[in-house]
Amino acid sequence: MTINLFFQHLANAISLGSLYALIAIGYTMVYGILRLINFAHGDLLMVAAYVVFYAQGIFHLPLLPSVGLAVVLTTATGVIIERAAYRPLRNSPRSTILISAIGISFLLENLAIVVFGGRPKSFPLPQWLDIGSAAQIGQVTIENITFAIPVVTVTLLYVLLYIVQKTKTGMAMRAVAKDFETARLMGISVDRIIAVTFSLGSALAAVGGIMWSMKFPQINPLMGMMPGLKCFIAAVFGGIGNIAGAVVGGFVLGVVEIMIVAFLPDVSGYRDAFAFVILIAMLLVRPTGLIGEKAAEKV
Amino acid sequence: MRTRRFLTLVVLLAFVLASVLGCTSEAPKPEAKPATPPPPSEIKIGVYEPMTGSSAAGGQMTWEGIRLANKLYPEVLGQKVVLNLEDNKTDKSEAANCVTRLIDQKKVVAIIGSYGSSLSIAGGQICKTKQIPAVGCSPTNPLVTKDNPYYFRVCFIDPFQGKVMAKYAVSNLKAKTGVIIKNVQDDYAVGLANYFKEAFVALTGNSKAILTELGYNTGDQDFTAQLTKVASLKPDVIFAPGNYGDSAIMIRQARTLKINAPFLGGDTWEAPDFMDIGKQAVEGATFSTHYSVAATGTEVSKKFVEAYKTEYKKDPNAFAALGFDAYLVILEAIKTSGKADPAAITQALTKTKGFKGVTGTITMDENRDANKSAVILQVKNGKFEYLTTVEPF
Repeated sequence: MTINLFFQHLANAISLGSLYALIAIGYTMVYGILRLINFAHGDLLMVAAYVVFYAQGIFHLPLLPSVGLAVVLTTATGVIIERAAYRPLRNSPRSTILISAIGISFLLENLAIVVFGGRPKSFPLPQWLDIGSAAQIGQVTIENITFAIPVVTVTLLYVLLYIVQKTKTGMAMRAVAKDFETARLMGISVDRIIAVTFSLGSALAAVGGIMWSMKFPQINPLMGMMPGLKCFIAAVFGGIGNIAGAVVGGFVLGVVEIMIVAFLPDVSGYRDAFAFVILIAMLLVRPTGLIGEKAAEKV
Repeated sequence: MRTRRFLTLVVLLAFVLASVLGCTSEAPKPEAKPATPPPPSEIKIGVYEPMTGSSAAGGQMTWEGIRLANKLYPEVLGQKVVLNLEDNKTDKSEAANCVTRLIDQKKVVAIIGSYGSSLSIAGGQICKTKQIPAVGCSPTNPLVTKDNPYYFRVCFIDPFQGKVMAKYAVSNLKAKTGVIIKNVQDDYAVGLANYFKEAFVALTGNSKAILTELGYNTGDQDFTAQLTKVASLKPDVIFAPGNYGDSAIMIRQARTLKINAPFLGGDTWEAPDFMDIGKQAVEGATFSTHYSVAATGTEVSKKFVEAYKTEYKKDPNAFAALGFDAYLVILEAIKTSGKADPAAITQALTKTKGFKGVTGTITMDENRDANKSAVILQVKNGKFEYLTTVEPF
């Protein structure tokens, strides 16, 4: 393998990895606060993609307002889901909420099939992201979107860390994560903090979905399933509940997926299997993930 | 508390509704059965096609053709023919469930479907066990009808299709080397890729003419790793059988990575969505398919083209034409056997000979496959342009 070829693969890996990282952050944040794996997270990506599609295609909104609209509507969807399907089950066993999350995932997918139709649609792209829009650095070709995604991911990561670590709401979120009951006794409105957590998670899903569709401009009602699963793996790999871990996990997954095809082209068709093998290996060796917290179980 | 319960109830209801609608959207409602069954006054034919999922465009195009045929020829033996559609959601296990439902609940006497060889193979196992005949419109993998005396098809099969494209690559494009990128989970893509490789190696006389074979999975959207590998090998052609959406995304990424080798594929690329998603990147993409409006002139095909244009206000495609033919072949079998009985229909289908369909003359060979010509189409200015017809060889 020549050095140029290696760098081309590396560029592809960073591009894919940062996208995984972006989506994994949302997964891990909701889990960190609520200990709930929100399986509908992947489907929120799809909701955001369709909002942008219709905003641009039917209402002819420019790119930025449609992205804004998508973030707002997806956030609203996330909050409604929390209110309708998770909050009533707050005191039930954790597996009940998990099943409810899977149900919501199916609901969103089937509703989307009925409302949007099952055929894939072409996602509208601005000129600077369309076919052939790439930068040439030496022999290495880098798609323009590849520059945008890591910037968005890192920016959102910092915003999120700031909110969680530095603001009063963030402090309340951390308190809720430690102990519901005590947090409530300290005068924190647990319901409100959980709603805030969900809206942050859904907004992240919206941005992730839009970035995903810009990189792979084909949207369909089931488009959220695979990224949902992959980013769940990334989040668990990095240590679910840990925001920085999700970013690391996303990058590792992206690099592994690309490098498997690069170095072992004969097994290129089985790269998804490798992603799951990594997950299992990680769970066996370090159940808390790469930089996950020590099992801080609630008492 | 009350609002909470209410909300949960609403969500649950919506969920149930959505799943029900999701399964049977667009399906004609089955007639309510009277308490004492009178002698059957209608003949039920089941259809299972991917109306949603990654092959939705193919299933929907096929269904348009079947529905049109039913509209033009609504009766046989003085009885009304009723179609029952099930959506297999481009999912193998769902395909098997659909066929079971059609046979056990809807009591159909024959089945049409499905777009996608993997789906037909899954459904075919049920047809075989329950001994109900099925006619495939466009599943081209040989395994669909192999060892299954109840499965027939009105299209050619992949050994032929692979040869057609290999011949095109070698004689028209003067290709000496090629690479293959295929969806390893799709029986159609894997089979077609193998036949292409065989023929390409034979025609070039070079056992290493296929430089490498790369794979991907259903649902993968990132092909940059495979394509970077391809770019380093500099092949003359890239053969990439797969569904229209994923292939279009792949070709976009190839063009962005400045790979200019021509892309060749199979009949699954024939969908308007291929060009919607691929835009100018898929210009020049060339593939074999079953039928083109430009290549036909028989009586029945003229009638079909005219009726299709008035019904759907657009030009017909190969899948609609095959759906139309599959329906007519079953109708013909019911007519010759004189009764709507699955065993009799199976017998009659086996003897189908010289049937004049829209897509050509259909004769079932000993493997229950139709031996027919292929056409080659190419994307030009955002349209499928007819290049040539290739007779069976």
